[in-house]
Amino acid sequence: MTFNNHIAITPELVADHGLKLDEYQKILQLIGRPPTYTELGIFSAMWNEHCSYKSSKKWLRTLPTSGERVIQGPGENAGVVDIGDGQAIVFKMESHNHPSYIEPYQGAATGVGGILRDVFTMGARPVAAMNALRFGAPEHEKTRHLVAGVVAGIGGYGNSFGVPTVGGEVEFDERYNGNILVNAFAAGLADTDKIFYSKARGVGLPVVYLGAKTGRDGVGGATMASAEFGDDIEEKRPTVQVGDPFTEKRLLEACLELMATGAVIAIQDMGAAGLTSSSVEMGAKGDLGIELNLDMVPTREEGMTPYEMMLSESQERMLMVLNPDKEAIARAMFDKWELDFATVGHTTDDLRFRVIWKGEEVANLPIKDLGDQAPEYDRPWIAPVPPRPLAADDIPQMDVADALLRLLGSPNLSSRRWVYEQYDTLIQGNSLQRPGGDAGVIRVEGHPTKALAFTSDVTPRYCEADAYEGGKQAVAECWRNLTATGADPLAATDNLNFGNPERPEIMGQLVHAIKGIGDACRALGFPIVSGNVSLYNETNGRGIMPTPTIGGVGLIPDWSKMVRAGFAGEDQPILLFGAPDWWGTHLGQSVYLREIFGRKDGTPPPVNLEHEKKVGDLVRILIRDGIATAVHDLSDGGLAIGLAEMALAGGIGATVNQLDDGDPIPLFFGEDQGRYLVTMTRDNLEKFYADIYPYAGVFAPWIGTTGGDSLTLGEARPVPVSELRAAHEGWFPTFMAGEITEV
Amino acid sequence: MKAAVVVFPGLNRDRDMIAALTKIGGEAPAVVWHKDAEIPKVDLIVIPGGFSYGDYLRVGAIAARSPVMQTIRERAAQGVKVMGVCNGFQILSESGLVPGVLMRNASLRFVCREVKLSVENADTDFTRGYAQGQIIRCPVAHHDGNYFADAETLRAVEGNGQVAFRYAEGTNPNGSINDIAGVFNASRNVLGLMPHPENLIEAAHGGTDGRALFATLLAA
Repeated sequence: MTFNNHIAITPELVADHGLKLDEYQKILQLIGRPPTYTELGIFSAMWNEHCSYKSSKKWLRTLPTSGERVIQGPGENAGVVDIGDGQAIVFKMESHNHPSYIEPYQGAATGVGGILRDVFTMGARPVAAMNALRFGAPEHEKTRHLVAGVVAGIGGYGNSFGVPTVGGEVEFDERYNGNILVNAFAAGLADTDKIFYSKARGVGLPVVYLGAKTGRDGVGGATMASAEFGDDIEEKRPTVQVGDPFTEKRLLEACLELMATGAVIAIQDMGAAGLTSSSVEMGAKGDLGIELNLDMVPTREEGMTPYEMMLSESQERMLMVLNPDKEAIARAMFDKWELDFATVGHTTDDLRFRVIWKGEEVANLPIKDLGDQAPEYDRPWIAPVPPRPLAADDIPQMDVADALLRLLGSPNLSSRRWVYEQYDTLIQGNSLQRPGGDAGVIRVEGHPTKALAFTSDVTPRYCEADAYEGGKQAVAECWRNLTATGADPLAATDNLNFGNPERPEIMGQLVHAIKGIGDACRALGFPIVSGNVSLYNETNGRGIMPTPTIGGVGLIPDWSKMVRAGFAGEDQPILLFGAPDWWGTHLGQSVYLREIFGRKDGTPPPVNLEHEKKVGDLVRILIRDGIATAVHDLSDGGLAIGLAEMALAGGIGATVNQLDDGDPIPLFFGEDQGRYLVTMTRDNLEKFYADIYPYAGVFAPWIGTTGGDSLTLGEARPVPVSELRAAHEGWFPTFMAGEITEV
Repeated sequence: MKAAVVVFPGLNRDRDMIAALTKIGGEAPAVVWHKDAEIPKVDLIVIPGGFSYGDYLRVGAIAARSPVMQTIRERAAQGVKVMGVCNGFQILSESGLVPGVLMRNASLRFVCREVKLSVENADTDFTRGYAQGQIIRCPVAHHDGNYFADAETLRAVEGNGQVAFRYAEGTNPNGSINDIAGVFNASRNVLGLMPHPENLIEAAHGGTDGRALFATLLAA
């Protein structure tokens, strides 16, 4: 075969690599000569938006990332947070949006694989996964195909790997017709004194390649994911990687076994931009050079060029700097698991990144500049203009019971059972709350009482209307969902999905959302410890709704005091915590307006962060003290949907009062923030109103009582729980069976 | 009663199974890697669930042809009790140690949910902890649990009391013929079952219906 590393670098070639001309000029300045073809590939892999965060870095720096419990914030494979007793939770959320649209099964599967690898690279055994999915309109011709493929791909990888999927989100909106979102979250447990990092240490040490062989799949994937889609999307299929969960499972076990021997000095998984970014990361962080000999790289295909090897995104691969005394032990372990093990290079002291292939030096670049000197942009942005508030008397009317049933059976509020039953939600035997509640909860294995809660949240329609308030709300809802189980929210990971940042209005959304996220995280003491940015979610110039997904983790000290969302018994008073005087008021950007009347107007409900914290802290105390018997936070669809979800989860009805002289629509369907429904026994109700309420400073009216087989909202007709269930469970399977074509 | 858990690469419910055997039996089982030359002398050999060899080729097919299965076959012939759960059941059926085959679920989708099982033969070393006909809860999590056997085999299985568990109350999650969820070999010392009793053994799991199976086995 022939490979010419010294082809002329034309402007077209530069553009094909996703590099702008001024970025190319910067390359020329840095290295003082035109790059070789392999070097151009390496620059494109390191300097694309996906790997360099060049448009978002300036703003990401403003986020709060530290806290008492934070062991590692952003910048490593995943964030690390102390959970006490010498243990830490290691977690991150990452997008696989572009590949999942092109090839849904493999795109989603490798998204799950990538995030699991990020977690176990740090020495943690994965214990929980979630995924936040957004699809186009149900009636769009591709949606059903994409839902089926993505869900099967997530299940196919996660189930086989053996991690329980404990939560997530699935939503539909026509704004995702051309760009779906697949945001995968994983969390793992590690000992705080056995966390592994990517920083290489020591000169002349072996750089070892582990795991699966390198193929031609995914070449240029990260660059593809840093561009908009056009009409040539089918041609991008080869940039999607192919997942092999069987290899990943073996890689997990082999890595954890190897880490226990003390052989691992530094470790980095090969994710986006594969061998290139993993070597550069390890060397640059450790102030060391790296020399790679590509002849030693295990390959799956004949005749791979150095360019392809450096840019391949083949999955299930790791790079390690190894203690040379333990190389033999390490090799034996990988032989046991029948995984490739090859010494492919060594560390050097000259801060160069050298790549040798068949005796030829095909790349020789300054290793630190590849990361540190990556372009960074302060892109122009314009502040989004918030919409006009709804007029006070602009309340379209509908029968409350009919509206409730309509919403419960709508694409975005119906049960996700069709989805989550395809995920193994109970493997490892520690799942205490599985999908369908406020948050997924798992026991901390080996500890008698501790548990961890996980949730992922964002309301894109709020972000679209007001990115700042939407950013705040995403964090607040995440924090609220954790609180509703009784957990202390510990920290969060953010997955920021936006359109093309070169458009000032999109950049304005990103800036405002990050400001909102930052303000909420600061106010709630809920730092961001890891994350990912996915930009250019656009097709032919039309972008997605701004979707900053927040994945949160909370700690439950004693899971015997945890609560669930379902009504826990008959004849228990229902209290509405954190409500305004009129219980519910805010209809702007509500699902009531959107799903029933097709209206997308008004301001989103504002989040008062001080109020949010005060209410949440009180609810958590009531849970810990054993006063609350069930808790559910209010979000989409307001009080009516919250009550219906509690009735459905508990299989018990309720009768709820209505204020005498108000309109029931905002009361039952308003989406005011910072509210929880809490039930308690009558005895505890008395105690609560006598001993706690007078000092709480939180409005918590008794709005109704559980019991019976129906849910009665004010003066509306009673709706049997069985009818609620039929509406709630019906939509998804019917849609996927192809029996719904119009919504 | 001594137990061993056999682990093939790709199995992933080995930890759940080891936890169940340890918590209920009070003693950790021996863990046997598929390449180990010997299985220690035990009274019970368990093949747990997962995706041995990635379920590539066909579920259970590669593990079934692994040398360790010859040892298991010999032990079974000597009367040692053998239990395969989920992928373990698939491996046993591919090995011919229990009758029938497991096909892709009728829905063609992976399914993880709780089902009801009826105990069809309570007069065995595996099931004595339950009453004949008792209905128990049990979770399932599989992609290929659709049990099938030809008419003649099915007649024998049904006639000889080899059906251990049946999906009950309309909860058959996978299209299994005659709602069969678990079967014995002819001498009833080998059991293959699709559901996961090891995931329903303590209050934290939301129920303990799976416990009696292990308690009986480990006490025997």
